[in-house]
Formats: sequence, structure tokens, C-alpha cells
Amino acid sequence: MDESSRDRIPTGGHPSSGRTIRIGAGQGTAGDSPEGVAKLIDAGCDYLCFESLAELVMARLTEQKAADPEMGYAADVAQYLRPALRAVAEGRVKMITNAGGLNPAGAARMAARIAAEQGLCGLRIATVSGDDVSSRLGTLRGQGADLAHAETGAAFSDFPGEPLFASTYLGARPVVDALDAGAQIVFTGRITDATLFLAPLIYEHGWRFDDWDRLATGVLLGHLMECSGQVAGGNYAGPDWWQTPEPWNVPFPMVDVAPDGTAILSKPASCGGRVSFDTVRHQLLYEVQDPSRYLNPDVVSDFTSPTFEDLGEDRVRIRGVRGFPAPATYKALLGVETGWAGEIRVGLSFPHAWEKARTVAAIFRKRVEDAGLDVLEWRVEYFGLDALGGATVPEPSSEPGELLLRVAFRCRDEATALAVRGALTPLYLSAPAAGVGVIHSLTGAGRSPSRQSALWPTLIEKTLVDPHVRVTLGEVEDGKWHIAEEKP
Amino acid sequence: MPRLSLHEICGYRSGDKGDTANAALFADDAEIYDVILREVTAERVQAHFGDMIDGEVIRYEVPNVLALNFTLPNALGGGASDSLRSDILGKTIGGSLVRMEIDVPDSVAAKRRAPPDVSWADEILGGRRSQ
Repeated sequence: MDESSRDRIPTGGHPSSGRTIRIGAGQGTAGDSPEGVAKLIDAGCDYLCFESLAELVMARLTEQKAADPEMGYAADVAQYLRPALRAVAEGRVKMITNAGGLNPAGAARMAARIAAEQGLCGLRIATVSGDDVSSRLGTLRGQGADLAHAETGAAFSDFPGEPLFASTYLGARPVVDALDAGAQIVFTGRITDATLFLAPLIYEHGWRFDDWDRLATGVLLGHLMECSGQVAGGNYAGPDWWQTPEPWNVPFPMVDVAPDGTAILSKPASCGGRVSFDTVRHQLLYEVQDPSRYLNPDVVSDFTSPTFEDLGEDRVRIRGVRGFPAPATYKALLGVETGWAGEIRVGLSFPHAWEKARTVAAIFRKRVEDAGLDVLEWRVEYFGLDALGGATVPEPSSEPGELLLRVAFRCRDEATALAVRGALTPLYLSAPAAGVGVIHSLTGAGRSPSRQSALWPTLIEKTLVDPHVRVTLGEVEDGKWHIAEEKP
Repeated sequence: MPRLSLHEICGYRSGDKGDTANAALFADDAEIYDVILREVTAERVQAHFGDMIDGEVIRYEVPNVLALNFTLPNALGGGASDSLRSDILGKTIGGSLVRMEIDVPDSVAAKRRAPPDVSWADEILGGRRSQ
């Protein structure tokens, strides 16, 4: 994209609709409940946005795509599409999701098949790609990207292995372009979570890409919404956390945004949960580092600037967000394999539960070492004592009644991790202080070993990524996604 | 001066960004905010978490919502996809933060939160003990 098109009004002559837009959060994480979709559509949402990826998910999607090139998207997206597609086809609502993962086109083809199941055709589905830079790392380095670790400053030459995946967190522009081209569903790969919500606001309200305060408003609202239930009573630690209405009826938030950015965050009455000043501020700082400089590709937002006004009846008004010029770089995450992790869990009873737990852990470790099994890292946790609280837990003043021991270990490969886990089995019969709770819990002793990967965050100049960002629009016919238009 | 645990006067939420955890503390009102501003320094939080973190704790003030935000470097065993911890995402770090005890004026001690009453849950479960 050249400089003149960068500064154009992004809606491409599509002026502000002038109306307040209602956006719902249909998903906050992989595996979230799809039951919010119908409720948000019934509540009149114009857009549903779905956050389907987590830092954690990329390694898994890489594995799935390697096994089957048609996969690599978040497969659970089908559950969110099914209850929504008819309303989308009728023009009542649009969907934006990052469920495309490493294969947005695969997700679009899957959506086309589901549309056919429901007898729907003519749906316009767009994909956004270009975030996946794994095949271009060498080129990027040649073009001057140093790919240094963004936190430690370590040089890329210290990268510990072969990159498993490399995804850039894109901004709103390609999603706005997709909407501009008439898309009713947009599948992206990696974009920042907040962008899912910012993009439709830019498109609908004709916000400029240099209107920093408006863009920051969109980012802040997206940040509040992207974890769905967490802004509406989920994961809430307020003074009366146990009094959240119908906490089993998972809340899904929605937000009404006026053209000037003034917003009212609420939830459908059909959902449980609650929206208040307190629930909203709890989410404001979730996974945030410096609140006065929240970085996104399109703007730097100051979360210390807005006011939050509790209007009662599950409504909070938000205004006055300040924004500052966008950074010149995208954040990217590279993954690297770090082996296989496994664990054992053993329940220990009164008396002397803690002493027994330490004994069992030590015997287990000794047996593994004596067997010559190579463990790269150990972790020992005593649930009921300090497994979660660690050093913040004072030394117990009385004997714990019972404990659950968890020992986790990292090995180079799966076979070793399985062999390590197997070293526990003889303790069935030969654990000290026999009669410990070991016996029963051994039968389900921890999850199976799983592949581990470390993340290498880095910054890449936008100008090196943008020329490869592509928006592809297709139409659904006979259960197929027919590509109609591709930009650039 | 009375001493109390932060969870009696503050909300909390924590999460992850790579191997860095963040934990936010939300004062129940403006008077409590002034107290935590004074008492809950980066140095105290650093000492509180001890060997659970490796690196410097940074504190950010968020006065528009009466909150403090702390970043805790290298607290998550390498980050979610790499961690051997049970709490790979740092969700419980906030709970560990509010275990901290501070001295407060009588007027703040009088604002202690009521203990939770989860009798509705016991009703669904048919009791409060393992069964």
C-alpha cells in the first residue's frame, strides 16, 4: 500500500452510517460456549466478534496443519457459525473472527459447507492473510528485520532451534477493506484481539486512521470485550463476587458505540452475569502491562484516560479515551519446540500428608534418575499447601489434613516422558507409609505427555509485512467458497 | 493500627503476556486507594512474591479506576505453552497478591468486606463437604 492510500478515509467513500452500532462478543477463547450467539443476535447486534485463538493455540494449529493441509484453523468455529449463519444470510448481522488461524481459506471453505447444510447460498465470506511470516523469515532478515527478542533483546542468532510458527499481529486495515468489499463474514489469522472490534467501528463510523482518540476508543472497547464473560461478571473478584446472578448462564457482553465513540457496554437480559463499573474495571487491566501505553498496530491507547459511568441495570457508559500515533512495527510471535511435558498426581492422606508427599516425590525422582531417564526440568507442587501461592503462602502452622502432590517434568521426546511417568507405577505397592491416598489416584495419574513450545516475541517493521497482507472475498454457492475478488 | 489482608478491601485480576504475569488491584473506594497507593509498593510486591519471579516488579497507577497494576517478569515458567506450572496463565497470581497484609487506619478496617456466603451452591450440591 502506498502512502496516499494509507491516509485515505478507510471506508473508501463509505460515509459514516451516523447510527449507533451494537457489537457483541460471541467467543472469548478457544472452547468458549457457543450459546451466546443466538442471544446476541436476538438482542439486535449488528456485528458479532469472536476471539478464537490464544498464544497457546498456535503450536497446536501448526501440528494440525502439518497433519492435514486443509486444517490449521480453529475447528470449533463451526459451533459458532451454525446458530448464526441464517441471520448473517438475511443481512441482520456480520461476523468477524480470527478463527482462521493458520488457514483462513480452510475456515472459509468449512463455513461454505455449513451454509450448504442449512440451504444457504450467496453468503460473502472474506479472508485476511499475510500474518503468517514463517516461510519468509529469511527474506525478512535480508530486508533488515533483526527478529531480536522483544523483551530480552537477545539476537535472532540465539534462537533456540527451528521456528515452529511465526505470526504477525495485524491491525484493522485489511478487515476494514474486507467489510468495504461487502464481506458478511471475515476470517482472519493473527490480528490483535482488540482489532476484531475496532475494525467494524472504523468501517461503520468512517473513523480515520489518524483519529487517534477514536481508534483508541475502539481498541479499549475491543480489549474489554474480547474475553467475553470476563467483563460481565466472569472471573470477578469484587466485594460480593458470589452474588453474580445466574453465574451458570454464561454472560456475553455487547457494546453500543455512537459515531463520536461514546459507548455503553451491557449484556443481553437473557444472559446471566452482570455489568457494572466494578466488573468493567476488572477487565480493563487484564493482561495489560503499562496501562497508559497499550500498544496496538493502529494506535497507542491510554487506558488511564477514560471515565466509566455506572448507569445501573447492567449498563456502563465509557468515554474520553485518549490515543497516540501508531507504532511503526507489528508484534510477531515465533514458536520453538522445547520438548515434551508430563505429570503425575498423587493424593496423600492424614497423618503426615506433607511428609508423605515429599517422600513420594523424592522416591519418584530418584527412580527416574536411576533409570537413566533424562529430565530437563522438574516442578513439584503440593495442592492444598502452596501449589498455586508459592512463596506468598506462609509456612503452615499446623499439619495439613491431606494434600495432592503433582510432579511435572520436561523431557526431550514423548517416549522419555512416557517412561518417566511409568516410573511411578511400582509405588502402587511400595510407597512409604502404605495406605496413602496414592492407590486410588494412581489409576488416573495426570494427563498424557504433551508437546511444549516457547514463544519468541519480536517486532517487525509494518512496511515489510503490509505488501503481503491479502484480502480475499468469495461467495458461497453449492457449499463451495468461490473466490470473487482479491486485494491487492 | 489494624492489620488486614488486601483481599478484604480490594478486588484483583491477573493474567499473562508471554512469561510476564500482570496482577491488578482494585480499591473498593477512594480512601482505600490512597492507602494501597502508600502501602503496596513495587518493592513490597517484589518481596511478597520472592522466588516466584525473576526480575524487577513494576507498578503502574491507574487512578481513573482506583487501581494499581503490577508486572511480574519471568513468573510463569517460560509462558503458557512452555510452562510446567499448574497455573500456566497466571490466573491465580492476583489471588496470591491479595494475600499480602498491610496496616490500615481504623476507618478503612471498618470497611472490611463481608465473608462469602455460598449457601446457594451448597443447596445445589446438597451439602458443603466432600460426598
